[in-house]
Parts: sequence; C-alpha cells; structure tokens
Amino acid sequence: MLDVRSRAEQAREKKAALGADIDLSKYSFAEVSHPYLQDLRQMPPEDREQMLNAGVDANEVDRSGTFIQKDSAVLYSKSRQEGLEIYPVKEALEKLPWVEDYYGKLVAPETDKYTAAAELSLQNGYLIRALPEASVSMPVQSCLYLDRDGMAQTVHNIVICEEGSELHVITGCATSPHLRNGLHLGITEFYIKKNAKLSFTMIHNWAKNMAVRPRSVGVVEEGGLFLNNYICMKPVKSLQMYPTTYLRGPGATARFYSILLGHPGSELDVGGRIILEADKTRAEIISRAITNGGTIVARGDLVGEKAGIKAHLECKGLILKGGVIHAIPELKGKAEGVEMSHEAAVGKIAAEEIQYLQSRGLSEEEATSTIVRGFMSVDIPGLPKKLKAKIDQAVAQSEKEMM
Amino acid sequence: MLTIEDLQVKIGDQVILSHIDLELKPGETHVLFGPNGSGKTSLLMTIMGYPGYKVTHGKIAFKGQDITHTPIHERAGLGIGMAYQRPPSIAGLKTRQMVQICAQAKGGRKVDPEVLAREVKFERFLDRDINVGFSGGEIKRSELLQLMAQDADLMMFDEPESGVDLENITLVGETIAKLLQRGAPRAKKSENEPTVKERLINRTKMGLIISHTGFILDYLTVDKAQVLYNGVLSCKNNPGEILKCIGEFGYEECVKCLM
Ligand SMILES: Nc1ncnc2c1ncn2[C@@H]1O[C@H](COP(=O)(O)OP(=O)(O)OP(=O)(O)O)[C@@H](O)[C@H]1O
Ligand SMILES: [Mg+2]
Repeated sequence: MLDVRSRAEQAREKKAALGADIDLSKYSFAEVSHPYLQDLRQMPPEDREQMLNAGVDANEVDRSGTFIQKDSAVLYSKSRQEGLEIYPVKEALEKLPWVEDYYGKLVAPETDKYTAAAELSLQNGYLIRALPEASVSMPVQSCLYLDRDGMAQTVHNIVICEEGSELHVITGCATSPHLRNGLHLGITEFYIKKNAKLSFTMIHNWAKNMAVRPRSVGVVEEGGLFLNNYICMKPVKSLQMYPTTYLRGPGATARFYSILLGHPGSELDVGGRIILEADKTRAEIISRAITNGGTIVARGDLVGEKAGIKAHLECKGLILKGGVIHAIPELKGKAEGVEMSHEAAVGKIAAEEIQYLQSRGLSEEEATSTIVRGFMSVDIPGLPKKLKAKIDQAVAQSEKEMM
Repeated sequence: MLTIEDLQVKIGDQVILSHIDLELKPGETHVLFGPNGSGKTSLLMTIMGYPGYKVTHGKIAFKGQDITHTPIHERAGLGIGMAYQRPPSIAGLKTRQMVQICAQAKGGRKVDPEVLAREVKFERFLDRDINVGFSGGEIKRSELLQLMAQDADLMMFDEPESGVDLENITLVGETIAKLLQRGAPRAKKSENEPTVKERLINRTKMGLIISHTGFILDYLTVDKAQVLYNGVLSCKNNPGEILKCIGEFGYEECVKCLM
C-alpha cells in the first residue's frame, strides 16, 4: 500500500493521454458519511428509483449479492450466495492480507492524475470474488451513487473470478436527481483465472455536468472468458475511458460491447483495448454510437502478438441530429498468421430502410425508432437473458430523448 | 379496386413511366412482363408510394380513394403490400419482429410468426436480422412471409420466382396462389368448405406479379398479362399468348404485333 501511495504521489499533476483535462481542485474530495443500511428497502424512494435505472433492484430479486456506495460511504455490501464474496475494498485490505497481491497490480497508480487522486484520496470501492468452481448464476449488483453536489467520488474496485468460476456483475453508476456537478474517478481491476467466466455489465446514468474518468484493466488466463458491456445513454459532460484487457493464457477470450448516446453538450471518449498475448486467444470489440448533438470518440485497439489469434473490431456510428462521431479503430499485428479485421461506419439512417418499414405500416417516426433500436441491439452471446433485458431497457428509456 | 389513369412518373428529371392506364378489380390478378429496365419495379414502387418516384401526371386510386400523394405507410394501412425484388436489410431488427410489424399494418392482427414461417420453411430465420446476409432465394421467402402477416388486399410481387431453386419454386408459387386466393382447386374435405364457384365469387385479393419467365403461371392462373416496354404499358392479353410471342419474336416485335 505504501508503494501504491508513493507511486501515486509522483503522478499528482500528470495529465491523461486522452480527454479534456479536468481541474481537480474544483471538487471536494472530503468524505461524506451516510448510515449503513440493514435493509435495502430503507433507502429513500428517489434514490431507489435512480438506482433502479442503473440496474439495481432494492428487493434483490434474482440477485446473488449487492454492493452500494453513496458518495464516499458504503451503504450496503452483502453476498447472498455461497462461493461469492463481496467486501468494501478498504475492509478487504485490512482483513485479507492476500488482497495486496491484487490491489494496484493492473492499473498503475501513476497512470495519470486521476488514478493518482483516486489512490491518494481513496474513499472505498468493492471487492467481488467468485471462489474456485463457484457458479454464481444470478448477477451481483453494484451501484456507485453520487448525491453530494460538487463532490469527487473515488473508488477502487477489484473483481476476481477464481479458476473455473462463473460470475455476472451488473454495475450502475448514478447520481441523485438534484445533483448538478460532480466527478467520478474509478479504478477497476479484473482477474479472470483459468477457465473462469465473467460478464461485467456497466450502465452509466450520469448528470449533465458530471465528469467521469474510469480506469480499468483486466487479465484473462487460460480458457477464461471476459464479457464487458458498457452502456451510457444519459447526458454527461465529459467521459473518457479506455479499458484494457490482456489475454494472457491460451484460448482466453474477451468481448467488449458498448452502446453510447451523445447528447448535446456531452463529450464521450470511449474505447476498448485488448492485447492478445497468448495462443488461440480471441477478441471482439463492438461499439454502437449515436449522437443527437454530442461528440463521441469511439476507439478500439486490438493488438495481436501470436500467430493463430483472431480479433475483430466493429465501430458503428449514427448521427441523428447533429453532433460528431469520430471512430478510431486500430489493429496491430505483431506476428505472422494473426487474423485481425475491423469494420467502421458512420452515417445516418438510410431512407430506403425507413421506407421499407413504412411499406409495412409504420409511420416515418416509428420506422426511425425501430431502426435506431435495431442499431443498438447487439447480440451478446453468453450474456444471461435477464441482463440482456436490462441493457435493452436502459437503451429503451432514452429512446424518446434520441428522436 | 386499383385504378391508374394516364400516369407519368419521373425519377429526377427523367421520365420512366408514361401514359400508364391500369385497372385491377377485386379478385383479379395480373402479370407484368417487360425487359430489364423497362420500368416494372418503378411502377410497383410508385403504387406503393415511394417519394423518389414522382408522379408528374395522372392519378392512382385505391378502394375509391385518390392515393396519388398518400404517404407509403398510409397506403400500407389501406391494404397495399409488396414483396420486393431487392429489399434493404436492417441490422438488429429480427425477422420475427418484422413479421409482427407487418401484422399491425392494417390494424391489430394477431399472428404467430412460427406458424406463418413454417409455411415458407423459414422458422430458423426468425431470429436473424431481417435480410442481413439472406441469399437471393431466402429474400423471396422472407418477403412472402411478411406479406402473409400483412394480409394486404393488393399484393404486388416483384419477380418472386427469380433466383429460387427448383424445390422452393413450388413453395413460392403455391404460397402466392394461396395469398391471392387462387390455390389449385381440390376436393372438398368437409361440408362447410366453399365450392370452387363460391371461392371464385368470394375472391377479393388483388395481385400484380412481375415475371420474366412466367414460371409462376404454373402455380396460379392470372386474369391478364401486360407488357411494359420503355415505360409504356403496351399490350394486354392472355398471358400464355404473350409469353409465346415474346419467346418467339422478342419484346420489340411482340409489342408491335400485339399493339
Ligand atoms: N433511383 C434511380 N435513379 C435513376 N434511374 C433509376 C432509378 N431507379 C430506376 N431507374 C431507372 O429507371 C428505369 C426502370 O427501372 P426499373 O427498376 O423500374 O426496371 P425493371 O423493369 O424493374 O427492370 P428489371 O427487369 O431489371 O428489374 C431503368 O432505366 C433504371 O435504370
Ligand atoms: Mg425490377
């Protein structure tokens, strides 16, 4: 831990490689306390509703566990299933010596001023762990919730899937309806061990003036699978993230899916980077970006280091009502025999598609929203149906704002 | 009834159809012949209401209503439907959803996509994105499936048999015959079934079929055949006679001799 702090110290002023530079002095990093909830249903109704939008069900129906952090305070942290461990990360660091072997090992604290600030003023975060061979079929839900105006929320999360385990996490980030201005700095480290499977679905519901800088890195060992879904349909002032995953063991697979909506005044710079280091690894990055006035940079970067790897990148953008979409797909093959491809397209809805649907009875508006819905509905093989439904729901909620 | 009077249609500044007169009574089906580029698809697209096909003269009426300038979806609502030659594909829209959309075209009709799909051997395509990666023959069956759900009163088929293999041609032919209430007469299975004559009288669906080969005529009888040549509807006659003439003398001669 000392090492993490001293490394973070060095990067206090270090600007990030991408995204607008944020003046951290404008935000309060002071802790805000909230009482721990014995029962999730004690939550005030308006908080509850916001969390529900981000995928968190206060009744914990079909959930294997829950973690909720409001501002800097952990409100609730509980596993409801054997083989599944959920801790506030600070508690884990105190009680479980082995956590040191994971903490800060993937996301370097000196990456930029945001990782530095997160480590130096760490509030909390979660540790979610599936024990070896545990099959946690119901998702764990987590929510990082920002309520205090002008506050900087800092979290460090760790997700560990031990060998042969299966884990699904749905994590929502949300703000209370009255919050106008805030900053979220989040570090997340993913460890997917041999033959383990993790699906991680993140739904962001920020506010108009929020700045958001998540930093995440994952490692997938032999035969492991990492499904990473990201949905951001609500306005946000400035969001920049470039999660990276290393496929370290033979036959490891990572698939990233993202669905982004750029509102007027929003700037989203979202990418995904997968490094295929081992034999027979597979990677896929699929993104759908829609703007109705915002700016979206959709990045994707695949690095193939071994012959026989397969990787595909697909970046599609739709400009509905003004705005900018900048697709930047990158492929780097470092060995003979890599199989890598990409597909990028930015455009508007084709008139002939609208007319085709009109000839099946839909009005022009109905046809347009049907096409947009189709555009955003990507098949995510391996994702439980209920989680897919959550994604579709999050997307559908913003449909009106899009048109 | 569909009535087209002295229709002129332009794409951009170019006249592609002129002096088109056509009348299709309830229960009637016509077949439309014509060489490539003669304007057959354009005529169907114009009837469907595609704004790129500008009506610069004449009028189109359907069920007694002037629809010359009615938007596409309202025509669909009135009961006009079309099986396209080259429909666009829509990523993310499942064929199953498309079938449900079609079923709503004329107001809330309830359909079971599985049951309809089975009729055109299309069950395993229901969960695929509409037309995405469909082969030529699959497109034809997908279009038929949509029309089956739509239950339109005027059905237009743009080359329904082209690109369809020998096995599926029967399926396509019989499906169209059924849609147009022109299935081959068969022995009565029960007392309540209509007689051939009753069926003829009760026939209401209108059909307009574009064909190059006339193979479709092996599966259903049509009332009239017409030839579209250089944007003009040139002759109306018995389909067999016209086909024979085109085969022997070619379109140009054929149009002359029958005019
Ligand atoms: N969008 C367009 N822009 C310019 N010309 C067009 C357009 N659509 C059709 N045309 C022209 O109009 C004419 C008629 O085309 P149409 O598709 O109606 O022919 P068709 O009789 O259906 O031919 P085919 O038997 O090959 O299907 C052709 O010369 C074609 O090139
Ligand atoms: Mg044609």
